[in-house]
Amino acid sequence: MSRSTEILLALIGAALVLALAWAVPWLRFVMTIALAKGLAVLGILLLLRAGQVSFGHALYLAFAAYAVAFGASVVPETLVLLPLAALGAALLGLVVGLFVVRYREIFFGMLNLALSMVFYSVLEKFYAITHGTDGIRLPPTTFAGQTLSNEAQGWAMLVLALLLSLGFGALIRAYLASPMGQALAGIKTRETRLEFMGISGRRVLLAAYVLSALMAGCGGAVLAMTTRHVTPALAYWTASGELVFIAILGGAGSVFGPFLGAVAYELTRVYAAALVADAWQMILGLVLLLVILFAPGGLWGMGRALLARRRSA
Amino acid sequence: MSVLLSARGLRIAFGGLKAADGIDLDVMEGEFLAIIGPNGAGKTTFINMATGYLRPQAGSITYDGQPILGLKPRRIVKAGIARSFQLPQLFTEHTVLENAALAIAARAGPWAPLAPLLQRRFRAEAEELLDRFGLLPLADRRADALNEGARKLADIAMAVALKPRLLLMDEPTSGVASAEKMAVVETLTRVLRDSRVTAVFVEHDMEVVARFADRVAVWGQGKIMALGPPQQILNDPAVLRDVIGVAPVGDGAGTGKEGAHAAT
Repeated sequence: MSRSTEILLALIGAALVLALAWAVPWLRFVMTIALAKGLAVLGILLLLRAGQVSFGHALYLAFAAYAVAFGASVVPETLVLLPLAALGAALLGLVVGLFVVRYREIFFGMLNLALSMVFYSVLEKFYAITHGTDGIRLPPTTFAGQTLSNEAQGWAMLVLALLLSLGFGALIRAYLASPMGQALAGIKTRETRLEFMGISGRRVLLAAYVLSALMAGCGGAVLAMTTRHVTPALAYWTASGELVFIAILGGAGSVFGPFLGAVAYELTRVYAAALVADAWQMILGLVLLLVILFAPGGLWGMGRALLARRRSA
Repeated sequence: MSVLLSARGLRIAFGGLKAADGIDLDVMEGEFLAIIGPNGAGKTTFINMATGYLRPQAGSITYDGQPILGLKPRRIVKAGIARSFQLPQLFTEHTVLENAALAIAARAGPWAPLAPLLQRRFRAEAEELLDRFGLLPLADRRADALNEGARKLADIAMAVALKPRLLLMDEPTSGVASAEKMAVVETLTRVLRDSRVTAVFVEHDMEVVARFADRVAVWGQGKIMALGPPQQILNDPAVLRDVIGVAPVGDGAGTGKEGAHAAT
């Protein structure tokens, strides 16, 4: 797919999100959450390129969300909190990454899972600081110094999430095509060869890992400022699993996949929960099974195949 | 001619098998040195030790006068020693062109963070490299869709892309169909002579050795049993008996691994 087609598709997608949020006001919240998760899933996609699955990336999302929650009482400014929280998550990603990039496959996945669960326990047990499972309510945050109405703040967060998604989408697309991204894909097929070409596979993976933590951090910060309530459940292993779920649902072949997957996931969740309150997880499970069995390229892969068929017809 | 790589007193054993039991070997700048010997003798182990993949239990290896034992493989690569593999180690989900370009980018690094791999600079050099190896028509094929001969050449091309001073090749012609074998050797000789690379190669096909090598080292029971020009070594009755078996020079040792096996 050519670059201009992809830019066009991204803009159409962004316009659709805005139109949907305008037409169905309560979907504005859902869309913001979906994009925030999409950002974290973009990080999962990066690691998937190296053939590695992290079952613990909710750690970075939750870390940034709590950083925002604590920070909001000091500086309640969105445009300060968001970058600081994301950088904090990236820094944590660097420290954890130095350790976990030494491992591959199931060991990599499980170590990430273990570390995220340690963080979950810390959040849950240190009641005096974190209020345990009650979580922390966030005060309203200002936007560029302006105190906005709830309505305007909601729109501001959606637009912010949209801009971050477009920005990181473009960045990751370029990253994957660069030698850095191609070497990352080389980890999946022939890491030995990388080493014998003078490239450290660990460092290539570490760079991707830190980048993925940064994006998860951005997602977590947006999530915290949108829901205005953070709980340890953000760091629970099911939250990490959800990110991997969305990555597979959306498809790992393109930077569109995570966002497409996240929007589809959140919409399915909202509507399925309303229709069949007790069985919505089962519906999601079935959808995932069908995707794995019949559309290994995910929703994005299906969409692209349809587009290609129409063009050739 | 000066000594480029020098091994002294190398010892390594795997369980009871002494792969190297006091190996002394000098590689001279500019030569093509063949290492022959029975399977399991320790020839590949030598390449693994010289590239930092395995650490000998005793002994030393110096490259260009500097000790290199204990360095990581990627440091040794940066110092100028590249290797190719008996089983080609290609990035199987990438095209041949991308494989070559990635090797070139690895040498040329550090990278501009967001410039594509197939930017003009790397693409042009990759195409030129593939052309020298006769692989240009296959540039857009995925690496896992090549036949064995082409994979072997692509594997060596990736090592040559690193512009090494010393190239270590592990059985460059094993698995190559016998009809293509000499063509592959001709291509290799031409490319390596052109780029003035010193080459060490492990080989089972005595015809290839006779055609390609300036000197031959015979590796057996963990020692260098004989060392000299091919016409002398390949006619040495002891070598013929112990290493080459009954196969005389010019037998054209069959195709693939099984054939190579029979030749030893």
